[in-house]
Amino acid sequence: MNGKGIRLEGLKKRYGSGDTAVDALKNVDMHVAPGEVVGLIGPSGSGKSTLLKCLGAVIEPTAGRMILGDEVIYENGWRVKDLRALRRDRIGFIFQAPYLIPFLDVTDNVALLPMLAGRPNGVARARALELLQALDVGHRAKAMPSQLSGGEQQRVAIARGLVNRPPVILADEPTAPLDSERALAVIRILNDMARKLETAIIVVTHDEKIIPTFKRIYHIRDGVTYEEAGEGRGLD
Amino acid sequence: MISLAGRDIMHAWGKFVFTGVGLGLLIGVTLTMAGVYRGMVDDAKVLLDNSGADLWVVQKDTLGPYAESSSIYDDTWRGIRGMPGVVRAANVTYLTMQVHHGERDVRAMVTGVTVGEAGTPGWPPYLVAGRQMTRGHYEAVADMATGFKPGDRIQIRRNQYTVVGLTRRMVSSSGDPMVFIPLKDAQEAQFLKDNDAIHQQRRRTGENPAFNRPGVPGVLDAVIASQATNPSVNAVLVQIDPNHDPAQIAESIRRWKRLTVYTRSQMEDILVGKLIATSSRQIGMFLVILAIVSAAIVAFIIYTLTLGKIREIAVLKLIGTKNRTIAGLIMQQAIALGLIGFVVGKIAATIWAPIFPKYVLLEPQDAVSGFLAVVVICILSSVIAIRAALKVDPAEAIGG
Ligand SMILES: Nc1ncnc2c1ncn2[C@@H]1O[C@H](COP(=O)(O)OP(=O)(O)OP(=O)(O)O)[C@@H](O)[C@H]1O
Ligand SMILES: [Mg+2]
Repeated sequence: MNGKGIRLEGLKKRYGSGDTAVDALKNVDMHVAPGEVVGLIGPSGSGKSTLLKCLGAVIEPTAGRMILGDEVIYENGWRVKDLRALRRDRIGFIFQAPYLIPFLDVTDNVALLPMLAGRPNGVARARALELLQALDVGHRAKAMPSQLSGGEQQRVAIARGLVNRPPVILADEPTAPLDSERALAVIRILNDMARKLETAIIVVTHDEKIIPTFKRIYHIRDGVTYEEAGEGRGLD
Repeated sequence: MISLAGRDIMHAWGKFVFTGVGLGLLIGVTLTMAGVYRGMVDDAKVLLDNSGADLWVVQKDTLGPYAESSSIYDDTWRGIRGMPGVVRAANVTYLTMQVHHGERDVRAMVTGVTVGEAGTPGWPPYLVAGRQMTRGHYEAVADMATGFKPGDRIQIRRNQYTVVGLTRRMVSSSGDPMVFIPLKDAQEAQFLKDNDAIHQQRRRTGENPAFNRPGVPGVLDAVIASQATNPSVNAVLVQIDPNHDPAQIAESIRRWKRLTVYTRSQMEDILVGKLIATSSRQIGMFLVILAIVSAAIVAFIIYTLTLGKIREIAVLKLIGTKNRTIAGLIMQQAIALGLIGFVVGKIAATIWAPIFPKYVLLEPQDAVSGFLAVVVICILSSVIAIRAALKVDPAEAIGG
């Protein structure tokens, strides 16, 4: 495997200390290559959310290494100074609920990220529109989030996750509210985009409908990951 | 970059306008309170201006005639008139009382002025209808605010007066409209007793052996006559030659006449500093409370609006929005609320100020300081909401 994408080595996370300490992540090894979509599956309390938060640089791991592209971003503490910029430019987020900003229209919900990164409004909007069209919601570009269907909202949220072309995208139950047809459509889009944008995508899911689509799956149990080959079906 | 605050306001404009209007009415009340104070000060100045006096001569060691009662003899003016630099001197009386007109009665400051030519100190300087008083008795000039019309018959104590002229913006320092009547009538009105009381007094005087001496019949009549007239006025209004120093003339009147004399600026200090000092402190209290209430409202609204956006704020933070941007979003909304409130308040105050019974003077400079206060209050009130927003953990966007 090449060194690009995202790689975790022996990652650990302990909440609290002393008697009340919880070892949420005990040993996480993981590698997702650019263009690849992997599933992350585990029972409740196994550490999925904790892992996503570490990957998303909103909580700090306790030990181990995180490598993003060629750069070690965590090893005995964060190695990047500006975590905010790291999240903005190099990590995309897609949530279970779309969490769109209700007072911005569809285009600006997506364009906000490049704007925050300092792109001129015109450039940011053009890029947003291009993605929205690719995700088949271009015709709703001027609508407010509340005027969209659940599936449309989710696609806008995906566009927002992708718009800064981050090397890694974290998707937390992105298909939970969708029926199986739409859920599969979302997975297809993610695979498509992963390939096009050379992005590594990690999908946390319980969703039986989409589990068979992954070519590779990481199981997590009691804070320890196990890798497994998936079926990789239903993508064509 | 787009204005997040602006977009949010446009999205929830109903909420903003609604709270803005509520806040605006409060700000309107605040501006009006300031206007009431300014109106009182202005009324006082207009009272002094319209009296046409440069100096006020009053009873020794009193703050008369407006702030304290003052009584001096009505022939004092002659001596003052003769002093160097004095152009005119005229007696004046002031008495606040109910003036009757048919069924109605109006609270007014009845002012007794020396009848003579126009421009005599104490006279209303201009009329809006009718004429000045020409006769020495039973004519009156009234301020428009009394509601009287030329030709109306009004009653002051037991005497009837005909309104011959109307003036405007002539009010006492407590805002009561003025009614001018001839000095002699006014002196009588101040002292006039009812018939029974006069009877009583005559009887008592007659029974006093000191006044009712056998064989000296003239004494009793003289005493009774002196009891029935009132030789006092409240003040002498003095106009001086503009080439003379008012302070110097005031000093020589003090020295030679043993009376207290106030110049225009001293009189203004008495009216503003003493007479309306309590009212102004009262209004100051109101202003402080209104400012606190406004701040509490802005703080509460902005805090509630922010709590309603916690999820969005978590997402904004997760995708890399700077704390400064989020604080700016909240602060701009607070300021926007203040702006709406200020505009509404200014308009409301302008609309309702003329309806107030007392003069409300909305000074542009008060509007400017009010505006600055509103902005400062809004910024301070957004601090609580900003703190709450900055405490939001971006991890919340990812959830459990
Ligand atoms: N802030 C925290 N402080 C202490 N313990 C925590 C904290 N967050 C999570 N944990 C514990 O860490 C373990 C892993 O939790 P995590 O939220 O990662 O599970 P999960 O796999 O996301 O579960 P679910 O599927 O129910 O969301 C659990 O035992 C949980 O109780
Ligand atoms: Mg979870």
